[in-house]
Amino acid sequence: MSITVNHITKRFGKFVALDDVSLEVPNGQLTALLGPSGSGKTTLLRIIAGLESPDTGTIKHHDEDVTDRSPKDRNVGFVFQHYALFRHMSVFDNVAFGMQIRRLPKDQIRDRVMELLRLVRLEGLERRRPAQLSGGQRQRVALARALAVQPKVLLLDEPFGALDAKVRQELRQWLRRLHDEIHLTSVFVTHDQEEAFEVADRVVVMRAGRIEQEGSPQEVFEQPATPFVMDFLGQVNVFHGRVEGGRAMIGNLVLAYPEYAAAESRPAAVYVRPHELELAESPDGTSSVRARVLHINPTGAMTRVQLLAEEFDFMIHVDTNHERCSELQLKPGSHVYIVPKRLRVFLPDYSI
Amino acid sequence: MQPENRLVPTTRHRHAQSDPPLVKWTLILLAILVVGLLVIVPLVNVFYLAFADGPVAYWNNLFGDAETRHAIYLTLIVAPVAVLLNIVFGVLAAWLITRFQFPGRILLTTLIDLPFAVSPVVVGLCFMLLFGLQGYFGLWLREHHIKIVFAWPALVLVTAFVTFPFVARELVPVMEALGPDEEIAAVSLGANGWQVFWRVTVPNIKWGLLYGIILCNARAMGEFGAVHVVSGHISGQTDTMPLRVEKLFQEYKNPASFALASLLTSLALVTLFIKIWLQRQTQHDLAEAAKPIDEGV
Repeated sequence: MSITVNHITKRFGKFVALDDVSLEVPNGQLTALLGPSGSGKTTLLRIIAGLESPDTGTIKHHDEDVTDRSPKDRNVGFVFQHYALFRHMSVFDNVAFGMQIRRLPKDQIRDRVMELLRLVRLEGLERRRPAQLSGGQRQRVALARALAVQPKVLLLDEPFGALDAKVRQELRQWLRRLHDEIHLTSVFVTHDQEEAFEVADRVVVMRAGRIEQEGSPQEVFEQPATPFVMDFLGQVNVFHGRVEGGRAMIGNLVLAYPEYAAAESRPAAVYVRPHELELAESPDGTSSVRARVLHINPTGAMTRVQLLAEEFDFMIHVDTNHERCSELQLKPGSHVYIVPKRLRVFLPDYSI
Repeated sequence: MQPENRLVPTTRHRHAQSDPPLVKWTLILLAILVVGLLVIVPLVNVFYLAFADGPVAYWNNLFGDAETRHAIYLTLIVAPVAVLLNIVFGVLAAWLITRFQFPGRILLTTLIDLPFAVSPVVVGLCFMLLFGLQGYFGLWLREHHIKIVFAWPALVLVTAFVTFPFVARELVPVMEALGPDEEIAAVSLGANGWQVFWRVTVPNIKWGLLYGIILCNARAMGEFGAVHVVSGHISGQTDTMPLRVEKLFQEYKNPASFALASLLTSLALVTLFIKIWLQRQTQHDLAEAAKPIDEGV
């Protein structure tokens, strides 16, 4: 079931949590609300759930206006960051809670609970109390509990925030596989970009109560609409310079930038990702920067090199592969030339 | 002195971490002395004097005298009713304070402690000023034939007021610590207000609530000052146990007075034991929660 968010505004006293937010959540897809703390993502999720009511605007579930409906009548499943399991009930009673409230027959409840526990791989633990489970197990119980009442939409509020790194990784993949199995429209909130990219079909980047950009992970990463989006997603180097007649100029560095063809010279912020910078032994005309290697971090698939552009007294991060590093015989103190391969320019007041 | 190769802290190091034995034992003996003199000796004395004429006289003093019997009966009605009222109000107040934000919330929290700060006699006096025969509502009450002062309703109301903080104060920190998450989860699963309260809130607060009830009851049964003012001291009608003890004592009927006092004291001891048992239960719950967790996702 698709969700339509229309011009939602929400204030808490003087603080504006959501400022005229509109959004379409497609049916059957896993959408991530991604942003820093205070961006309004959790508030938006709770408004979709019916746990908060907006000051203005409407929420539609598949063309049905549900703005004034209680959470019970909206048929949503909600998973909390800190699980919020009922501590005095067993795992079985936790999962059965929603069905017991609706007074479903006992054997129907029993069948469904066991089916769900099998789905979340927790069969055999139904007599346990939440206190006797690990964090990952608790979160899976919370998920089973939310799914028990057969919601049309699943909402998750930073579901893996309270778990440690390894467990988080495993549960992420597990959630993705679960979604592929049941294809339930899902929205989840996270501040972890990696998590959003790994799990979601669509990513909605939020900041200060507004939506900065939405799209597939690839879209928002490769074509960021605003400096914030580019900065928030992954690493980025920022330079301040000018654009004029098809070129971007940062100090003595002149780079081709055909996207800005006007003759008028304007100040600009130039954003370059670490892997969009190349390292070379010799200069490439005016489109390279001489820098000294400060630190080499051979972590993971790429080697991260920290350099100091002495001319600007500026730190630059470059991601390159291990082979290139050995080719250039990089070590702290050596000098190389940095060649930008691809850049994105943001002009104050509007972006290109 | 210590051999060099033993890993034992030297006497000097031990002193740095704890008080010297002299100080420790002096303080312990002092505490025992205070508790002994001010608490244990008078309590033992109560029982000693109660049984001064023998166990048969003890029994007759308690249950042979009609007015004393009535006093026991009255206390056994007034106290539980007051406690019941306070359970309702206490839970309501705790719920309001911990789950909602509203103007005057801090004021309400402070007002809950008011009965502790006010002398019970003053409470009784204010009550008389409001509901007494010459009081603010006195005329209205008389016209409608409603008896409040010098009758059991006054006793209940005044006892409830004086013991109000016990339940609320016990519940507020418990509910603050629990947080609203479980209740919100229940709402998101479709539960209405009542269902959330009975299925989620009450099981979580039951030990704190029980503790508050025990304290409230103990205080209610022993309430003297406020009840003294509003009851009119009508023997056989409006005397509760504490009032009866005082009356017997004034009439120099010491064994009787102490017999009834020993009953109140026994109640205090029972309260103490229930409190210890309850604390054991909460410890047990905490221990359960701290049990080792399964490895793995």
